[in-house]
Amino acid sequence: MRQALEGSQAIAQAVSRCRPGVVAAYPITPQTHIVENISKLVADGDLKTELVSVESEFSAASVVLGSACAGSRSYTASSSQGIMLMSEVLYNISGLRVPVVLTCANRAVGAPLSIWNDHQDSMAVRDSGWIQLYCVDNQEAVDTTIQAFRISEETEIPVMVCMDGFILTHTLEVVDIPDQALVDKYLPPFAFKRILDPKQPISIGTLVAPDFFAEVRHSQHQAMLKSEKAIIEADRDWKKLTRRGYGGLLSEKGPKDAKVGVMTLGSIGGTLAEALDTQPPRRKTKLINLRCFRPLPVAAIQKACEGLTDLIVAERAISPGLGGIVGNEIRAALAGMKKAPKVHNVAVGLGGRDVPLETLNDLVDWAKTAPDTSFSVFDAKLDKLPKEDR
Amino acid sequence: MIEIRIHGRGGQGNVVAAYLLATAAFEAGLYCQAFPAFGAERRGAPVVAFVRIGKQKILRRNEVKEPAFLIIQDPTLLHEKGLTTGLMKGGGILVNTKLTSGDISAAHGEEMIALPATGMAVEAVGRPVPNVALLSAFLSLTGIVPHTALRKALSGRFKGEVLDKNLNLVEMAAKAVDKGLWKEVAHAASA
Repeated sequence: MRQALEGSQAIAQAVSRCRPGVVAAYPITPQTHIVENISKLVADGDLKTELVSVESEFSAASVVLGSACAGSRSYTASSSQGIMLMSEVLYNISGLRVPVVLTCANRAVGAPLSIWNDHQDSMAVRDSGWIQLYCVDNQEAVDTTIQAFRISEETEIPVMVCMDGFILTHTLEVVDIPDQALVDKYLPPFAFKRILDPKQPISIGTLVAPDFFAEVRHSQHQAMLKSEKAIIEADRDWKKLTRRGYGGLLSEKGPKDAKVGVMTLGSIGGTLAEALDTQPPRRKTKLINLRCFRPLPVAAIQKACEGLTDLIVAERAISPGLGGIVGNEIRAALAGMKKAPKVHNVAVGLGGRDVPLETLNDLVDWAKTAPDTSFSVFDAKLDKLPKEDR
Repeated sequence: MIEIRIHGRGGQGNVVAAYLLATAAFEAGLYCQAFPAFGAERRGAPVVAFVRIGKQKILRRNEVKEPAFLIIQDPTLLHEKGLTTGLMKGGGILVNTKLTSGDISAAHGEEMIALPATGMAVEAVGRPVPNVALLSAFLSLTGIVPHTALRKALSGRFKGEVLDKNLNLVEMAAKAVDKGLWKEVAHAASA
């Protein structure tokens, strides 16, 4: 049903439609309203789930690891420092190949303390072995949440659904919450082979000596690479049911013969899409929205970049001392490609800095003339800094 | 697409006002978007919320810098520098104040419409929360969304006696301003 809902409310509804057996979470801004709304659904009797109030994010992640191993569909959500505190357990969940879905309401990581949006939190756990899907709007966040359970349970890889804190979580907009019957048709009941069952006892999480650790990591990496197929199919099948799809791994918008590409993750894609419609740059430009960041869909990225002379990667995170995280990965992904575009890399919108419509034209102009296009914090006003810090 | 900026203080229901207005637009069959620009989250601190209403899906997510309308929930905010910055040429300002429209306009050197929204809310609901009265007056001035849609939005949020009192407040505030005064501005903004 189409409703005007706050993003967090919509996510709570979507999670509820997936019939989770266990939800465990610890509140942190801007994820709080998701947990609040799930709690309300439980209190009102609209959702039958074991809602576990925990004392920290470390415990939240530990509870869902345990509950999934015990045979329950399990969900958690967090942000920023909360994701940091979970990080040890995130590695355990993925390394043990346990299906779990987590919403990351993306927020900057302190210090300096900031409650506002960027992607530093999910980027900080990019190597934790979780699939990461980034959402442009709240409808996509709802649909991706439902897809995520299916992907996770099919691949036995946990999925992190990344939605921009405040910009999506606290935005009320029109969202279609799919009917229960439709979700039931799409998402089969939770089935996980390696559950803890006293009739067939197994151990989970035992010590792995050097004679097998490398093989475990190899197989985990292979499974991640192969999960591209499950991600594409989950989106394709969802589109068949709802007419809503998101291009699977990535989506493109703009002229096919564009020479300039602008690649982004998350809600910036919406603002730039409107800019492309209403104030298109003079140089033919297309947008590439990277929906799936882990696994990094190298073939799809190369294909999307065919014909481009310049690619601008505008991301909401930074690796101090290196520059862009996504940008450098894209440079690596394009290495060896015939006629690979020149990659220009910037961070924008860090710590909630507003990203206006003009950003699209500003980026395209900058890429043409900037003396050093390796990396910059694009919207930093350097005159605010003492000379020696510029 | 019409862009609206709502200024208030923490505790005045600023975000609720934005959500209610957007929900009313949805109830009227339009696309909508409402979101807060949270600063320090404490009572009394200046807060801002944004609303967009349009006939097509709204893609942009940046802050509203050039609104067609401003709704000011607390007149003391008018002393803040730059409060009305970016207001579209010919755009409207609706202020919660006991002063008359003439007096508040003269005091700040800008055309404004006054509504004693806090007093109305105390009278109708028994609480000094000005948001619903301001929204009702705003809909009268602009005609962008019918009052029935605001009533529907309110009934999604409140029940029983509280709802009834708020619906009375909608009636009261709707009549307190010149109906259709900003109709042309709204029309121009949405074109």
